[in-house]
Amino acid sequence: MTGPMIERELVIVGGGPAGMAAALAAHGQGVRDILLIERDQFLGGILNQCVHTGFGLTYFKEVLTGPEYADRFVTKINSTPAIETSLRTFAVALSRTKVLTVIKPGRLQNIAARALIMATGCREKTREMIHIPGTRPAGIFPAGLAQKLINVEGLLPGNEVVIVGSGDIGLIMARRFTLEGAKVRAVIEIESASRGLVRNLTQCVYDFDIPVYFNHMISRIHGKDRVEKVEVVKVDGQRRPIPGSKFELSCDTLLVSVGLIPENELIEMAGVRLDEKTNSPVSEAPNTTAIPGLFVCGNAYKVYDVADSVTADSQLCGRLAAEYLLKIQGDSFRPLSPLEKPCKRR
Amino acid sequence: MFDVAIIGGGAVGTSIARELSRYKLLVVVLEKEEEPAFGVSKSNSGIIHPGTQNPPGLLKSRLCVEGNRLTRVIAQELGVDFKEVGELIVAFTEEEIFRLHRLLEDARALRVPGVRMVDQVWLRGHEPHLSPRVKAALFAPTAGIISPYRLVYDLAENALRNGVQIHTDSRVTAIENTRPHFIVHTSKGPFKAKYVVNAAGLYADGICRMLGITDVAIKPVKGEEFILDKKRAYLTNHLIFPLPSQSTKGILVIKTADGNPMVGPTATEAESKEDLSTSQEGLEKVFSAVKRMVPEINEKDIIAYFAGLRPKAGEDFIIRSEQAAHGCITVAGIQSPGLTAAPAIARMVTRLLRQQGLGLRRKILFHGHRKRSVHLFAVKPAETQKLIEQDPGYGDIVCRCEMVSAKEIRDAILRGATTLDGIKFRTRCQAGRCHGSFCTTRVMKMLAGERGIPVTAVTKRGKGSEVVKHDRADD
Repeated sequence: MTGPMIERELVIVGGGPAGMAAALAAHGQGVRDILLIERDQFLGGILNQCVHTGFGLTYFKEVLTGPEYADRFVTKINSTPAIETSLRTFAVALSRTKVLTVIKPGRLQNIAARALIMATGCREKTREMIHIPGTRPAGIFPAGLAQKLINVEGLLPGNEVVIVGSGDIGLIMARRFTLEGAKVRAVIEIESASRGLVRNLTQCVYDFDIPVYFNHMISRIHGKDRVEKVEVVKVDGQRRPIPGSKFELSCDTLLVSVGLIPENELIEMAGVRLDEKTNSPVSEAPNTTAIPGLFVCGNAYKVYDVADSVTADSQLCGRLAAEYLLKIQGDSFRPLSPLEKPCKRR
Repeated sequence: MFDVAIIGGGAVGTSIARELSRYKLLVVVLEKEEEPAFGVSKSNSGIIHPGTQNPPGLLKSRLCVEGNRLTRVIAQELGVDFKEVGELIVAFTEEEIFRLHRLLEDARALRVPGVRMVDQVWLRGHEPHLSPRVKAALFAPTAGIISPYRLVYDLAENALRNGVQIHTDSRVTAIENTRPHFIVHTSKGPFKAKYVVNAAGLYADGICRMLGITDVAIKPVKGEEFILDKKRAYLTNHLIFPLPSQSTKGILVIKTADGNPMVGPTATEAESKEDLSTSQEGLEKVFSAVKRMVPEINEKDIIAYFAGLRPKAGEDFIIRSEQAAHGCITVAGIQSPGLTAAPAIARMVTRLLRQQGLGLRRKILFHGHRKRSVHLFAVKPAETQKLIEQDPGYGDIVCRCEMVSAKEIRDAILRGATTLDGIKFRTRCQAGRCHGSFCTTRVMKMLAGERGIPVTAVTKRGKGSEVVKHDRADD
């Protein structure tokens, strides 16, 4: 280990809805030394690019946009002095002993965490992961990247769009592209039903008369420099192409919305085994890992459909971490701060 | 008036340019793509072959062995990572073992250093994930790996430093032979040169025809390759080859300079010189072939794939002075082991140019060395710490999967990257498992900012591949 080492009670990696909810819940249980690290320059994570509404129905009993939902938590975090936020801070390594190496502008730092919560979210499956054959031109975007380009950067990726996969982000982006004046040619789904929420299918696709092809897949991408067209083929129950069913759709943009994968490469680096199918940590109890005091919450633990579920999961995880800290209190690490009154020594 | 115009800015063209830059010559490289290495070279496997799979007697066999030796020197001088990982050619049957012995004899005839047979006990110890059905292997310790594009960029940069001009986006449209010099017409205007070196890869035959040479025909052979997640780097310690067929070295398990395992390539006749599409059949073929050698390899770990075209012109390389066009050197048919042979080809071309009357006087001040580019993913934390103290930009991570900092990206742009692919090839930013999902917007803005162009003008790999169509700020 090189570089300066600092010691912290509870470190949370990821300042999206999961990390913020976990931080607040742990604080609510009496933890008074919390470091929340976030690689972006703002808290909020992916919520910041979700400008559509429908957030908070369960938790706040209100209809909020993603940024509004995030803001409720950001305000609380910022008014809680015991939670220190470190922005533009990038976790690059994690050891079995819960030493986290972070890089931020001007500094590399090792942080020994008594308890550590990974709230690292998930990434999108790419065109490469589902092996769509054909060329590799510009114009192929994971749906979330297209969402960021439009909603955050004000850039419209293309004019004629085909969406592969009926995940929620893809469905939401079908509406978003249409509202931006682009033509969404079709949503192509290999399964016989949508993977997304029914409300998204109705409000984002059917309401805009966008055709959805269930039991279909993209068999080839064409175009040298920019996407020109895609080949679509009907599949049978075993996902085998049905001969003679092939047709083409011209488009300059292909969005890929075929699922999400928990981002758990850091805990894997620390030696935690990941489930081969889901990329979630293999563990005996929810939100825990084989390493004591190392927790995982939110979409990094399991991909949830709605942000409220992420919040609920992460609150539980925050409490678990607080319980753990209480249990190991007095161990050789270092005494808890005097502020730690509510926790009684066992 | 240039002394030499080199057509083609790939591994061969930039190697020749750098070699010629040792002498007091005015040299220009004409590349049709937006950046060097965007043709055949970008889909190279990055293997520095020891010289084991080529029949003695061919030109390419001799140049391969010589090139393997020279590449080490060049890598050292240019600060490119070269790793000598060694290769294993595996045999499953007694008959195949017999063929390995024949290869061993060929390799010894070519003086490939250190080649020997290894048995199952050795293989279990040194290559534990190899199929237990492999009975023996031919081990060539001098096989190595290098990043093909980083090598080309560093060669180009060093040539530039030593006075070579490199013009990209400059497609050659016609060549006038106005003895005693040539006028090379390009999409960026004409270039006058006393000598022309045709290193145009897939299009070398077209350049030949412009000079009245009609006996060169390039038949592209497509190879599809699949890159696996870095997590699986442990699967192999060496490059793993099957026995070579008549025409190719077969489908391999490759270690790459970036740490990702790579499997492939296929070998099929391409429909055209522009056909870089991959196929389901290619995927199935590659994985069934490599699983036979390393059973744990899995399609699930694919993070990227691509197809490249080998510029095949018969069995051997064609490197010669043209009788019909005095002062022209043809360098065609440079398929495998072209990357390995490139520095030896450069020397051979230099000799041919001298024979054609080009005066070669060494520069007193040739800057043979360049400062090694920094890649955070390749340095130890202690060094990262020092780098961040020197420049806070190293502490500003842009690419999460491959750990690429803002400083590295800015450096790549300053060094000449003008496209997203150019940045990817130089830094690995966008090349990891998320495939640019998280960093593309930031990289686009950096490219636009540093180059002073609108973000709508940022391309993946040159004109026509703009990433976004409209900027709402312009509406």
